[in-house]
Amino acid sequence: MSTIAVIDYGMGNLRSVAKALEHVDDRARVIITHEPEQVRRADRVVFPGQGAIRDCMAELKRLELDAVILEAAASKPLLGICMGMQALLEHSEENAGVDALGLVAGRVRHFRDGFSAAGIAAPGKVPHMGWNTVQQAEAHPIWRDIPDNSHFYFVHSYFVELLPDELTIGRCQYGVPFTAAIARENIVATQFHPEKSQHAGLTLLANFARWDGESGG
Amino acid sequence: MSVSPSGLCRRIIPCLDVDRGRVVKGVKFVDIRDAGDPVEVARRYDAAGADEITFLDITASSDDRDTMVHVVEQVASEVFIPLTVGGGIRKPADVRRMLNAGADKVGINTAAIHKPELVRECAERFGSQCLVVAIDAKRVSADNEPPRWEVFTHGGRRGTGLDAVQWAARMAELGAGEILLTSMDRDGTREGFDLALTRAVADAVPIPVIASGGVGTLDHLVDGVLQGGADAVLAASIFHFGTFTVAEAKRHMASRGVPIRQLATGKAEA
Repeated sequence: MSTIAVIDYGMGNLRSVAKALEHVDDRARVIITHEPEQVRRADRVVFPGQGAIRDCMAELKRLELDAVILEAAASKPLLGICMGMQALLEHSEENAGVDALGLVAGRVRHFRDGFSAAGIAAPGKVPHMGWNTVQQAEAHPIWRDIPDNSHFYFVHSYFVELLPDELTIGRCQYGVPFTAAIARENIVATQFHPEKSQHAGLTLLANFARWDGESGG
Repeated sequence: MSVSPSGLCRRIIPCLDVDRGRVVKGVKFVDIRDAGDPVEVARRYDAAGADEITFLDITASSDDRDTMVHVVEQVASEVFIPLTVGGGIRKPADVRRMLNAGADKVGINTAAIHKPELVRECAERFGSQCLVVAIDAKRVSADNEPPRWEVFTHGGRRGTGLDAVQWAARMAELGAGEILLTSMDRDGTREGFDLALTRAVADAVPIPVIASGGVGTLDHLVDGVLQGGADAVLAASIFHFGTFTVAEAKRHMASRGVPIRQLATGKAEA
């Protein structure tokens, strides 16, 4: 039986992620844990998160989970969600600037800074909250059976500036274009919440639950 | 498919009033009728394309509040769209409990009026994204005056002296992530949202506004977005009693140019 560890570091609604994974894969054992050893033993790792990056990084370090995530990122299928995606990058401008895990080179900015840098008026309120379309910029096993430009549920005030094409498998647009899904080797990450994105989101989680970590079809 | 320049869709949110674990809806808060089991109703709305679901716990006795936690746990295990829970939230521990049960957002109403700092405290601890401040507003200006709305509590019976538009702006400053704005004049009337109120609040805050109170027709939903400037529209009785389905509401809004999320099943391609 394969085990999926959902990393618990006190940042957000983990129960929904776990319930959604159980819902899509009744053969998987889903555990919510902050024990580094349990994460190490799992076959797959989900790194969710909500809230502010400074607290997020502080809790990961306090629980010694930062090193465990880096290990997982080097060895098995890893899915970052929302803050769990932003934390994979080098640096976020949130909380006056915080260094994150540094697995992916790139920058996390506030939408308002993004709008002013692009010289455009805000297209709507911040946070970017609600359902938006995701363009599948690259084919990837986690997109299997999900139509291109499907709607996913987002809630965020900071966004990942468009990363190079080889890393960006999903793009979204909210005034400015941004990277909505990242993939590199055995790592995938989404800015949106698949566990809250109804059919499309559940399909993505089902795809992750059986993904072997190879990026080919 | 209609897509706005931002791509972001406007949301349709069915609201379920829950009393001791059962869904009810009062017309102007009297004449309460039983409309079913929360899990079943939530599942039906999810299948029909609801973008979120809001539960309002109207249980009078705090002894029965645990029931709501179980309702949220059950719904969150079966329905995978955002869930908001409000009613009887007084302290950060109440917010924590609902988030742990599976709620994505928690609504605070009266407690914010008694202690505005609660909003800041909860925003700092749990993040603005999960904090909805609910405002019940009633027009208090005469017809020949510029419109002015006051914040009310206790189902619209007790005034607070607070100006609703200023209050919304203050809540946003303290860290609210969203405003759920209910017109107590319109609630239960089916005459449509108070559009002037909705517009005044939507223009005054940088965060999303959910319009609520008074929906009787599908055009009312469209008006809430296009005229009121709401980011989301909330309705209860038109959906509960089958006047319209959520899918019909979405088709109608799309036909009027409102960007909405189409159903994944492809049934609502209009």
